[in-house]
Amino acid sequence: MRIFDPHIHMTSRTTDDYQAMYDAGVRALVEPSFWLGQPRTSPASFFDYFDALLGWEPFRAAQYGIAHHCTLALNPKEANDPRCTPVLDALPRYLVKDSVVAVGEIGYDSMTPAEDHALAAQLQLAAEHGLPALVHTPHRDKLAGLRRTIDVVRESGLAPERVLLDHLNETTVKDARDSGCWAGFSIYPDTKMDEDRMVAVLQLHGTEKVLVNSAADWGRSDPLKTRRVGDAMLAAGFTEDDVDQVLWRNPVAFYGQSGRLHLDTAAPEPLHEGNSILRGGE
Amino acid sequence: MTHTPPSPLLSRKELDTLLGGAARAWLDEALAEAAHAAAHDDTTPAESYSVPPWELRYAAAGRHCGLEHADSVRALLLTEAHAGLPALTRLYEQGTAAERRAVLLTLSALDLGATALPLVEDALRTNDTTLVAAAVGPYAAAHLEPHNWRHAVLKCLFTGVPVEAVAELARRSRGDAELARMLGDFASERIAAGRPVPAGLHHVLALTAPGPAAPTVPTASTQES
Repeated sequence: MRIFDPHIHMTSRTTDDYQAMYDAGVRALVEPSFWLGQPRTSPASFFDYFDALLGWEPFRAAQYGIAHHCTLALNPKEANDPRCTPVLDALPRYLVKDSVVAVGEIGYDSMTPAEDHALAAQLQLAAEHGLPALVHTPHRDKLAGLRRTIDVVRESGLAPERVLLDHLNETTVKDARDSGCWAGFSIYPDTKMDEDRMVAVLQLHGTEKVLVNSAADWGRSDPLKTRRVGDAMLAAGFTEDDVDQVLWRNPVAFYGQSGRLHLDTAAPEPLHEGNSILRGGE
Repeated sequence: MTHTPPSPLLSRKELDTLLGGAARAWLDEALAEAAHAAAHDDTTPAESYSVPPWELRYAAAGRHCGLEHADSVRALLLTEAHAGLPALTRLYEQGTAAERRAVLLTLSALDLGATALPLVEDALRTNDTTLVAAAVGPYAAAHLEPHNWRHAVLKCLFTGVPVEAVAELARRSRGDAELARMLGDFASERIAAGRPVPAGLHHVLALTAPGPAAPTVPTASTQES
C-alpha cells in the first residue's frame, strides 16, 4: 500500500513518526502551514516557519525516504491578528518556490471580516500563481462555515476543481461535493473523523475526488491514520485499486495541478512495474 | 538523500545543448532581466517584501529548466546580474535549501572578497548536508579563517559529507597541527564509543603532515557565460 498523506504537520512530529510512516507505506506528504499552538507576534516568525517548511523539513523527510511538499498561507486564526497580517504582502515571494504545491491552509476559523479578507485575497494569490488552494473548514459552526466558504470560492478567480475543502464530515460532505471542489477528510483518534466513519462516507459518496489525511500535529493525533483507513477500506470490501485511488492517486492529481509535485521515492510495492520515478501533474 | 558532492556547474553553452526550446527561451528572458538588474543599482530595501523580477526567475529556475539544471541556471543568473552582497544575502536568507545551495556554489565566481563569509558560516551551522557540502567549496577555501575551516572539515566527517567536497583540502591541511589534533581526538572518541572512524578521517590526517611549500593557490574558478 503506497500512501500520500495530503495534510500533516511534520514540524510537530518526531523522527520515530517518520520511520513509522515509512514502514506503513507513506512515501509522500504535504505539510500545510498553520498555527503553532502558541500565537505568533510578527511576520518574521512566519518567515522562519515558511523557511523551515522549504528547507529543513524536506531534508528531514528525505532521510526517511518520504517526499515532502508544502502549502503556504496566513492561517485563518492568525489572520485576525493585525501583527501578523503583513504576511499577506510577503506571500508572493514564497509562492514561487519549487516545493509549494498549493496556497493553504486558508479558510474560516470564527468567520470574521478579517478572515473574509484573508480568504479572498489568498484565493486570488493562488489563481495568480497557478496554484490550487487547501481550504480548512471551521471546527465550530461547521456547516454554515462551509457554505460561506463555498460562496467565497465561487466569487473567486479559482475554479472549484482547484480547491480542496478539508476537515469535512457527514454533515458537510454533500454540500462540499456538490460544489465541485475536492473533498478532504481528517482522521483523528477522538475528534474530526474516524476510520470506520470514513469508510461509510466512501461507501455512500464514492472514491472520486476524495482525499484522506491524518492532519497530525502537536495535538492528540496519529500519523498512521491514513494507513488505518486503507486497512479499514480493504476490510470493508473495497479493492486495492480503490485504496490506491484514495490514498495515492487522488492527492497526486489534486496537488499535481501545481505542476510542482516531484515524487522520486520508490513505491513500497511494485505497483508501477518497477518504475520508481513518478511525477505528478506532468 | 545523497552525500555526493554537488555536480559541476554548467556553462550557458553546455546548457544550450541540454535544454529544450521553451527552456532556452525562458533562460534568455531570465538572463536579460538579470542583465537589466546589473545595469541598475540594487535599491531593494532589505526589509521590503517586493521581489525584483530576475529574483523570481531565480526561484522558478528548476521548474523551467529542470531541477537537475537549477544550480547551473541560478549560477548564471547570479553572475549575469553581478549580484552583490545585498542581493545574495536576500536570495540566501529567503531561499529554499536548493536556492541557498546555488548561492553558495556561485560565491567564488563573484567579486566579493571575504564579505560573503556570513553566508558560508550560516550554512556551516545547519545540519543540512547539501548546504554543508556546498559551503566548503572554493570560496571557503579562499576566505574561511582557520578555526572555522577546521570545524567545517570536522563537520563534514561528522555528518557524512565526503571530504572530497572540501575545496583545496590538501593545501589548507598541510602542516595544520591543530586540525591533526582535532581529527585524532575525534578518532579516539569514536573508538572509545565502539563506533567506526569515518573513512575520510585518515585521508585528511595524512594531509596534515608538514610538507613542501604549498603550490601557488589557484584562483577561484570563474563561471563561464
